[in-house]
Amino acid sequence: MAAEDGEPAMAARTEALQPGAEVLLRALKDQGVEVVFGYPGGAVLPIYDAIFNQNAIRHILVRHEQAAVHAAEGYARSTGRVGVVLVTSGPGATNAVTGLVDALMDSVPVVCLTGQVPTHLIGNDAFQEADTTGITRPATKHNYLVKRSEDLARVVHEAFYVARSGRPGPVVIDLPKDILIGPAPYSPPPVTEHRSYRPVVEPDPARIAEAVALLRAAKRPIIYAGGGVINAGEAASATLTRFVRETGFPCTNTLMGLGAFPASDPHFLGMLGMHGTYEANLAMHDCDVMLAIGARFDDRVTGRLNAFSPGSKKIHADIDPSSINKNVAVDVAIVGDAGRVLSALLAEWQRSAARTDTQALAAWWRQIDGWRAKESLRFTQSMAPGSIIKPQHAIRRLYEITRESGREVFVTTEVGQHQMWAAQHFHFDRPNRWMTSGGLGTMGYGLPAAMGVQIAHPDALVIDIAGEASILMNIQEMSTLSQYRLPVKVFILNNEYMGMVRQWQELLHGGRYSESYTAALPDFVQLAQSFHAVGLRAKTVDELDDVIREMLATDRTVIADIAVDQKENCFPMIPSGAAHNEMILGPDQEGRAAGITDEGLVLV
Amino acid sequence: MANPQDTTPRTATISVLVDNESGVLARVIGLFSGRGYNIESLTVAPVDRDRGQSRINVVTSGTEMVIAQIKAQLDRLVPVHRIADLTEEGPHLAREMALIKVICAAEKRAEALRLADAFRARVVDATTESFVFEMTGNPDKLDAFFDLMRPLGLAEVSRTGVAAIARGTRTI
Repeated sequence: MAAEDGEPAMAARTEALQPGAEVLLRALKDQGVEVVFGYPGGAVLPIYDAIFNQNAIRHILVRHEQAAVHAAEGYARSTGRVGVVLVTSGPGATNAVTGLVDALMDSVPVVCLTGQVPTHLIGNDAFQEADTTGITRPATKHNYLVKRSEDLARVVHEAFYVARSGRPGPVVIDLPKDILIGPAPYSPPPVTEHRSYRPVVEPDPARIAEAVALLRAAKRPIIYAGGGVINAGEAASATLTRFVRETGFPCTNTLMGLGAFPASDPHFLGMLGMHGTYEANLAMHDCDVMLAIGARFDDRVTGRLNAFSPGSKKIHADIDPSSINKNVAVDVAIVGDAGRVLSALLAEWQRSAARTDTQALAAWWRQIDGWRAKESLRFTQSMAPGSIIKPQHAIRRLYEITRESGREVFVTTEVGQHQMWAAQHFHFDRPNRWMTSGGLGTMGYGLPAAMGVQIAHPDALVIDIAGEASILMNIQEMSTLSQYRLPVKVFILNNEYMGMVRQWQELLHGGRYSESYTAALPDFVQLAQSFHAVGLRAKTVDELDDVIREMLATDRTVIADIAVDQKENCFPMIPSGAAHNEMILGPDQEGRAAGITDEGLVLV
Repeated sequence: MANPQDTTPRTATISVLVDNESGVLARVIGLFSGRGYNIESLTVAPVDRDRGQSRINVVTSGTEMVIAQIKAQLDRLVPVHRIADLTEEGPHLAREMALIKVICAAEKRAEALRLADAFRARVVDATTESFVFEMTGNPDKLDAFFDLMRPLGLAEVSRTGVAAIARGTRTI
């Protein structure tokens, strides 16, 4: 039609042009975006103006751009959708960088829109100018600078595709102000394949057959599942559960994978790694066939590499080919989506004529039960009135009382000892319920992440298990929680120390507690009140349950300040540079850390 | 297939077909520096203007595991279309061009010219005290020529880095 008569087509095209900011919002709507976490500034004023004039997309005003990214991460990880961030140029973008790297390390799909000075000023050191694409190149999965209005809609759609496809991650779109103001054409999401980025999701059947042959012949098998299973969607976790139950094999989860397999299932060995259970780590060390799925052999998981699971055949399935053979050389490499891999493994397992050596498997389970009998997570809590609260006990009670409530519970954490205790003592039977900063270890993650989770699940119980040091790193978000009446519960294990730093100083640096004690902490009860929230405090074990119950019964933002034993250390622990079978089980074995070599000492 | 457990380092010439967009070279270089990989030589130029594609040739070294990592890391960059490890995939040609300035007194000029002739280097500029030679070849041949020219007054070298392509019908 257009070919016959050029003029009406031209007219139609002109009509279709809208200001860039409007085109941007239209693209976001077409991508199904409902919420944006952001903070305004000069370069993004046109976008804020467009937001003002519509109701389809809700904007949540954070108090710091880092928190906007963590909130988007919490939103994304609890829903499986892409989280969206909107920040201004210069400091807005640089403040977001920590959140972006966090999302990169933990494979969280986030699209971050950054304002930029107008194209003709780029490179002139203009006010609030930063080389955002340069700064965020290693902090993102991919980034874009939109220099031409005609690219705007395409780039936005592509950014969402890149963020959620393959191994998910953060994507930045840098938007010069003239592009936001000037007219731009709109185009809907493309239906054609991306020209270059097409991750392999379907596993190679030959590799699946090899893997099942190894698993069938295994005498001491283990399944080691990570966050990739959760990223593959809820169905992947369900398939993992079926596969584990069908095979009868033991299963361990990484920190990021907690919830991918039900913690209440008898096949579950708990978390593995530096602060994982004795049975999970010993089973990893002594297994003869390991199936790693959606996990990346992180140094927190492997301990000393040359002593990592020395006698096993290793099968590694991952959506990211660069994760395979990166730290640990494996025998069978499967590239694909964790859900599809698990379905293929399950189908092949059911088809395979070979039988499992049930006697060997039973003997393996007896050995594992022997390790379990060590009860590596045990602690001693005196119940005498006035007794000091053990942090592990506080989390146990929090877990038990929330279970009694029967409510849907989401947990976020900050970073440190409390994070590890939460991973050990709070149990998850479903995926997407546990949000923690694993790869980057970002203190200050939990509060804004909880904010994002609560926005996505307004009726759920959302708890940030925190330490008193970490929580101060993004405490300003109390103001956001209050503005949007988000009833997040902040459960602070307060030992007045940067506990994990203090623990390492005790174990590795002769007990010289250099700068790990926080003097002049705020009064968290009054702090809560000044942010229009409720503050509670438990100082002794007999006060704990009442405080937890009151916290859960309060339909407002709550900070519960739990004074815990200042000297408690997080055990079990694989000291840095040690092997899985060299775990320290408790304080009576702390001397073992003294044997750490200089090589171990340099490890983080 | 190369053995991933092999810990002896090898050199690899890797060709990468990328979208010719701003920042793509920075992405590749940043990947190498950020992850501590070697770059021995790097060339980049547009090769298909219709499709807007450029070709990057990078010579690197590492163990089999490291080189496999480099390829996997390159392959997951969004603007990367295809990767070929020319060293692993079979016979290939690697060529580099260099401009070589030699400043020498009269008695050495004849020798310099004779050697240049033997190496098929062309004189592209001459004064009474100097020559600039242009020479193409694999990097080893260039290195050998520089060694010979050094005592004759080698003053400056400008080289392009390696362009590489597979022999026969195989394409990237």
